Amino acid sequence: MSQLRRPMTGRFKRRRIMDRAMTFAAYACAALAIIPLTWIVIYVFVKGIGVWNARFFTQLPALFEAGGVRNGIFGTLEVVGLSAAIGVPVGVMAGIFLAEYGDNILGGTVRFTADTMTGVPSIVVGLFVYGVVVLNTGGAYSAFAGAVALAILMIPIITRTTEEMIRLVPNSIREASLALGVPRWKTILRVVLPTALSGIVTGVFLSVARVAGETAPLIMTIFGTYYAISKNIFDGPTTTLSLLIYKLGGAPNPEVVKVAWGASLLLILIVLGLSLLARLIFKGEGAKF
Amino acid sequence: MGEAAWPSLPDCFFIRRGVILNLFKRLRRGNLGDNIFGFVVLLFGVSILVIMAGIVFQLWLQSAPSREKFGWSFLWSTAYDVQRQNYGAGVFIYGTLVTAFIALILAAPVGVGIAAYLVEIAPRRLNRVVGSMVELLAAVPSIVYGLWGFYALNPFLRDYIAPPLQAVLGWLPPFSGEFVGTSVFTASVVLAIMILPTVAAVSRDVLRAVPDAQREAMLALGATRWEMFSRAVLPYAKSGVLGAAILGLGRAAGETMAVTFIIGNNPQIFKSLFGQGATIASEIAAKWQEASGLTLPVLMELGLVLFAITIIINISARLLVMLLVRGPRGGLRA
Repeated sequence: MSQLRRPMTGRFKRRRIMDRAMTFAAYACAALAIIPLTWIVIYVFVKGIGVWNARFFTQLPALFEAGGVRNGIFGTLEVVGLSAAIGVPVGVMAGIFLAEYGDNILGGTVRFTADTMTGVPSIVVGLFVYGVVVLNTGGAYSAFAGAVALAILMIPIITRTTEEMIRLVPNSIREASLALGVPRWKTILRVVLPTALSGIVTGVFLSVARVAGETAPLIMTIFGTYYAISKNIFDGPTTTLSLLIYKLGGAPNPEVVKVAWGASLLLILIVLGLSLLARLIFKGEGAKF
Repeated sequence: MGEAAWPSLPDCFFIRRGVILNLFKRLRRGNLGDNIFGFVVLLFGVSILVIMAGIVFQLWLQSAPSREKFGWSFLWSTAYDVQRQNYGAGVFIYGTLVTAFIALILAAPVGVGIAAYLVEIAPRRLNRVVGSMVELLAAVPSIVYGLWGFYALNPFLRDYIAPPLQAVLGWLPPFSGEFVGTSVFTASVVLAIMILPTVAAVSRDVLRAVPDAQREAMLALGATRWEMFSRAVLPYAKSGVLGAAILGLGRAAGETMAVTFIIGNNPQIFKSLFGQGATIASEIAAKWQEASGLTLPVLMELGLVLFAITIIINISARLLVMLLVRGPRGGLRA
């Protein structure tokens, strides 16, 4: 048998070593991606868990001593909730358009624009909403303006996932419904949409998770304040966890910076929680990463 | 089926003809619900085009005073003089491009490596775990990256990475000079981490789109896995992988909060990576709350420039990816 073995010399050896080295390099890349995530999560946890007490959740932020982030928690829920209320219907409807009516030039244009829109920097969206909403409501920074900005960031994501999920619905289901005499709109709303629902909800959760941590467009729409958030969603500056991290994290007082770490931990838990939830909801085959 | 059950022939013909004509008339008109639904859905689809056009229009409108005062020279002027109200975008464009390119140089090889691992090597179960981890990396908020980069990564780079770099490459201008508190270098490394998921996810989709016949043919010729990947898979996926990298470049150029926190927001043409700098996005975010008078339109015009840069980058990237994967997958993964 030993004569049949190829001799481990020269060229063949070199090729094999190269192969091993490159395989190792690929493993190293995968490991390299995991290091920063673990580092960030553990670092934020260790730094942030210490300030999680009653004061942190019930007090307003203070500039020169450790305060709380009550307004930030409310503001995040308010702005993100509002943005979902605006963005989800628009995104889902646009997704239906692309999937069911979009096999033409207009559909192609909308699809390409939506894809390009995911790459528009969030701060540019903030400037746009400042011009459209804030300046047109008498220069009033408001939760509503922030919600519009976040909704614009959500829409292309929801649109494209909705389209993809609706396209996965087999045509035989549509045809069965149409053959029974059900009109097309009812077929889409009552048969196609429920079939694609888990995928669409996943897309919605992922987009909400993405905008929940967004900061840049909120600077020019809700401004950020240390005081209690405005009760009127159309008037008065508000704040969110992310904006508070920006403000408190740069403070000279280490006690205040600690509060920023606590807020970071809360924000990371919210965002990662939403992402994981999205993954759990998704029932389809392993189309996800 | 008795004979008597059937009506006489002319009668039957008449009735049926009426019913059928009616049916055709209704078919031609279409179902009312269908028409309304189709129209409403069309409006929502078109709203995406409207938003996009609105962004361009608003930024153009709002930046009018700045455009009139500085003209085209705004784009390359490196002036930044608050006293004399003289501003230019040159410094910020320079900062944006340099940080984005360094981030890309750091992230592209690793991103493609991860994609290669996921597509060619990883067993199914591990595939999911590593994939999820990379995706979660994209979920961490930008501002948290900023905080972490400022308090954790910056000291680490200053104490452990910069000294050896300077010892070896210190004679080159980019690596000379003192490592100041916050630096372009740290900002670029954080950007690299932030765009890693984008590069990895898109290149993974692209590599997965390479037909298995390519691989099998190469393996059948006796190639090792590396030879198969480097000579049969990568050349095939070339344009797509390039597109993934450029998409990452666009992300890096538009990233705001992390950079604002780390880079120092010092408007200067930095020569050393260990010095401070500023990007378009960081300038807008840092100066917004004290903006007044002419600075507001200046910031708007900076936004317009940033929009133009990222749109050009993005469209070219999408076209490259589309050449390989028909219709890049949307959402977070694209």
